[in-house]
Amino acid sequence: MSFFSDENTRLAEEIIKRYPKARSAMIPLLHLAQEQEGWVTEAAMAEIAELVGTSSAEVLGTCSFYEMFKREPVGKYLINICTTMSCALMGAADLMQHAEKALGVKSGGTTEDGMFTLEGAECQAACTEAPCLQVNYRHRYRVTADEFDAMLAELSTPDPGVPEHGVLSQIRQHIPEKNTVGALPPEEVNAPPVWLNTEEDQS
Amino acid sequence: MSEMLGTEIAHAAGFIANETPRIVTARFDYEDSFTLERYEITGGYQALRKALQQAPEDVHKEVTNATLLGRGGAGFPAGVKWGFCPPGVWPRYLVVNGDESEPGTYKDRLLMELDPHQLIEGCLIACYAVGLSQCFLYVRGEMAVAQERIARALNDAYEAGYIGRNILGSHFSVDIVLHWGAGAYVVGEETALIESLEGNRGMPRLKPPYFPASIGLYGQPTIVNNVETLSNLPWIIDNGADAFTNIGTETSPGTRMVAVSGHVKRPGVYEIVNGTTTFRDLLYGQDMCGGIRDDNQLKAFVPGGGSAPWFTPDQLDLPFEASQVGPQGSMLGSGAIMVMDETTDIPAAALTLTKFYAHESCGKCVPCREGGTWLEQILRRVVDGRGSRRDLDLLIEVGETICPGDFPHAAVPSKGIEAKPFPYKMTTICFVGPSAFAPIHSALTLFREEFEAKVAGNDDRVLIEVPVNV
Repeated sequence: MSFFSDENTRLAEEIIKRYPKARSAMIPLLHLAQEQEGWVTEAAMAEIAELVGTSSAEVLGTCSFYEMFKREPVGKYLINICTTMSCALMGAADLMQHAEKALGVKSGGTTEDGMFTLEGAECQAACTEAPCLQVNYRHRYRVTADEFDAMLAELSTPDPGVPEHGVLSQIRQHIPEKNTVGALPPEEVNAPPVWLNTEEDQS
Repeated sequence: MSEMLGTEIAHAAGFIANETPRIVTARFDYEDSFTLERYEITGGYQALRKALQQAPEDVHKEVTNATLLGRGGAGFPAGVKWGFCPPGVWPRYLVVNGDESEPGTYKDRLLMELDPHQLIEGCLIACYAVGLSQCFLYVRGEMAVAQERIARALNDAYEAGYIGRNILGSHFSVDIVLHWGAGAYVVGEETALIESLEGNRGMPRLKPPYFPASIGLYGQPTIVNNVETLSNLPWIIDNGADAFTNIGTETSPGTRMVAVSGHVKRPGVYEIVNGTTTFRDLLYGQDMCGGIRDDNQLKAFVPGGGSAPWFTPDQLDLPFEASQVGPQGSMLGSGAIMVMDETTDIPAAALTLTKFYAHESCGKCVPCREGGTWLEQILRRVVDGRGSRRDLDLLIEVGETICPGDFPHAAVPSKGIEAKPFPYKMTTICFVGPSAFAPIHSALTLFREEFEAKVAGNDDRVLIEVPVNV
């Protein structure tokens, strides 16, 4: 039994081909695994190791470095409240306090129904719109307590327009076979690219 | 027809237009600014066509002549950086640093979300000029919308023949691969970015070599450029280096994007003239931030992202010019200004930054891993009123293990304190460790009385606490 679905196995192979070395696909494949399951399972790491030609310990090493990869299940919606300076100056602590009360969990916790995980996060590059938060890495700006409550109500409806945790970009890059250059391992390339050669020939 | 062109809107989320010449934000007024259609009818990909008519080294020369300073933080001229590739070593790569995460910095995300084709065209121009045979566009993991806009733009540009094999019928061929990060501030450091792109833990590499242009991705020559830097290239090629250097000053030409956040009336992202615009213009100008909220007094501001030593009202008249800001004790960094008004609890504000850098330490260098954690713990107990006077000295002592010698700071004329120039010495590979110390050093130097008030009356013993949240 393989971890990745047939469609994701095909995607994984397509992704690996884009890189001069397969190991570079490690983080993209961890994202793909998290997209499929909502978190990164041991089975996923073992299969990624095989796909990129390394050990599962190496995959765990990379996986555990990055905060977005969750090695245990989280809520359907991950709410990250920014706590760094600009947001802190504009009331992030109050917002966090309100969120903890509204959700009935402390920062880092998941609601019993598995709907929401609350986290304090670092700067989200929306500093002018403080205090801000992200729901599954989609921004909400200048969030008040009332807006936070309204957001929870909205996310509790069947189709709130935010994909479940694990899904990042909903548009995938597709490099068409007909005009891709392709990625050769660096040791197989020893000459300057042809457009530089051409110029030299002309001069 | 007007429907197809999209509707004009006043400004995008966070962006505020003013009378400044607009080089990189020119399309932000259009609701469909991110589409290929909009890009093409507003002159998009004309610079690429023009570049392809020239020899690659002439394109490189044009960029060098423009003195385009890197917009990621270090401010190193892009054309000079490109020239560091050792001759005769192939292949060479381009890595785009879209891992924007310096506290207060908010501009690359706008450029990626609102004008992805401009960035893509910039990448293509760089690859053509320097002979880079593959481009990796590394976008911060937490930016789902930027990833979507770039993916769509890349797909459309491939389809239209702007990317891939024999671009626009020429000999120029390059693939651009979109790559997402996964949440680690330190990966914004260019050698850590490369490690991450190789599938590793994102830890900075030992230096030298100082520039990945000599040894980078897979050990090959690699140019790492910031999103805003590359987004300037289409305009420079379209209009020429002279037109670029006619804006701003000789040493800091063109415009730059800055994000002003915190206690101002109109926090926002602005495109300003480089070199001449002053902090006062930006914070108090009626076409910019319009002053401090509630007409309060300005207490302090961080001039160049969370890593930068702080300024006070005494430095308001400094322009966005590195050669003037450096001697006054700070840096322009990533164009992030965080503003604190008179109501701000300074030690608590410093803690919001120190805890950031302590949290983001990758753990490779001991002074940062241990020192950053201790700085946070000690500062936290001072802020909570549990600290002692000795803690204030201890903060400096721990900081000096990360940055030995004089640490840069601003002048305080009223207290007879003179400025110490930027930069600092460091015992770590990268700037994360020093950045944990910078807010503490600034706050303690400029506002020591606020720290003393917090520890007044407490026992002078230092309470040793073993940190638990590592």
